[in-house]
Amino acid sequence: MADLTPKGVLTSPIFQNNPIALQILGICSALAVTTSMSVSLVMALAVIFVTAFANLFVSLIRSHIPSSIRIIVQMTIIASLVIVVDQILKAYAYEMSKQLSVFVGLIITNCIVMGRAEGFAMSNTPGMSFLDGIGNGLGYGLILMIVGFFRELLGSGSVFGFTILAPIQDGGWYVPNGLMLLPPSAFFIIGLAIWVLRSFNPEQVENSEFEMKENTKPKEAV
Amino acid sequence: MAQSNNSIKKILIVAFALCIVCSVIVSTAAVALRPLQQLNQELDRKTNILSVANLYEPGTDVEAAFSSEVTARVVDMRTGEYTDRFDPATFDHFQAARDPATGRTLSGERDIAGLSRVENFATIYLVGDPSDPQQIILPVRGQGLWGLMRGYMSVEGDGNTIIGITYYEHSETPGLGAEVNNPRWQAQWEGKEIFSDEDSVMPAIRVARGAGTGEHEVDGLSGATLTSKGVTNMVQFWLSPEGFGEYLARFRADISPEDVQGAETDLEPELEPETEGA
Repeated sequence: MADLTPKGVLTSPIFQNNPIALQILGICSALAVTTSMSVSLVMALAVIFVTAFANLFVSLIRSHIPSSIRIIVQMTIIASLVIVVDQILKAYAYEMSKQLSVFVGLIITNCIVMGRAEGFAMSNTPGMSFLDGIGNGLGYGLILMIVGFFRELLGSGSVFGFTILAPIQDGGWYVPNGLMLLPPSAFFIIGLAIWVLRSFNPEQVENSEFEMKENTKPKEAV
Repeated sequence: MAQSNNSIKKILIVAFALCIVCSVIVSTAAVALRPLQQLNQELDRKTNILSVANLYEPGTDVEAAFSSEVTARVVDMRTGEYTDRFDPATFDHFQAARDPATGRTLSGERDIAGLSRVENFATIYLVGDPSDPQQIILPVRGQGLWGLMRGYMSVEGDGNTIIGITYYEHSETPGLGAEVNNPRWQAQWEGKEIFSDEDSVMPAIRVARGAGTGEHEVDGLSGATLTSKGVTNMVQFWLSPEGFGEYLARFRADISPEDVQGAETDLEPELEPETEGA
């Protein structure tokens, strides 16, 4: 990230430097909350809010944060923001907060928030940090929505609660794939999403850590 | 800069100031939003009560429907009579179960619903004329596969025919055990009968393994044997003499619990439940 333009900071985390697909951060919540799209959307908005403001506040006081307690200072700011989000959800979107339950609280431990606060906000201006937070939140949200789309469509036959494939329990023809509703399916979808992203951006592919020599017998390789 | 930032004085100042600011923000949010949140919880509970009574359609004004259709009463489950020791609006089940004066410990095989402690009193909701209700809505709870499931069951005025069941709190597996909240599964409960004959005190209603047959069985939830078992245990516990058996017996024998105590018109007793501990 040599040249920091506002647009670059905002958009690069969405495809080029996606927190889930490239940095492989925040996987656990992506597994847990993506059974339906509306829940994924609220979770994505909550994470965008928290990442953006955590970055902003950390960046605002970055020159005053003693390096010995910087992690705990960031955690305190993040935790406060998450509690505020949780309280707001409970007050204005009660149904949603019931579905998200513990996972709103677990945004605190989402590596994306912490990672951006430590990796970006500590050394950049508040405006840039805020945009970086939004960008990373969007990148996270994008993957969440993709995973949520496939899981809800294949697992319950609907998108945003609207029935697309009439499931067989309700007299339709589609047999819902129960595996899609369980967390492991998110692994498959994230894996496939990473594959797609890397096919379009081959520079994201890491170099192999070792290469097998020619004419090596399999026994020697292991 | 780094030097001055890392002096003990600076560290303490930053830590202290940050804590003050953050705690003010958090507590302001918590206090300012508390009334709204409690309203939501209450509304959610009332919505569940209305929906188990088939009175809820999306868009219903829950508060208005609740206050016009539903009467809350506290029942003493040991005798099956109404009591005015507690105000139904503030009666707290969990607190009552913990308090030795209003709850008891269940042991071994009596504790089929996995509750360990249970209260002797419960708030029930009557739909229609309170002295001759069309529906009686009973709170039920019990262990499912992953945790406590809490819900309501609605029974017709004859004390035997089920109208519906709903859960407002559970942590069952989405797509499997969480199908307890699938309207199509819940619809099966309608018209099922709790007791197999007039004299039996133990409920016959249960969730079958596989397809349910007859008027005392509901289809099992496929892939959720333990949740189905939990539901069976829960309804069997709460409808047995340990739970609402005594109370329902009065409706089955057609003696209104009202007759025993004499008519009560005052539904808001002054007694505070907290002072009732001893």
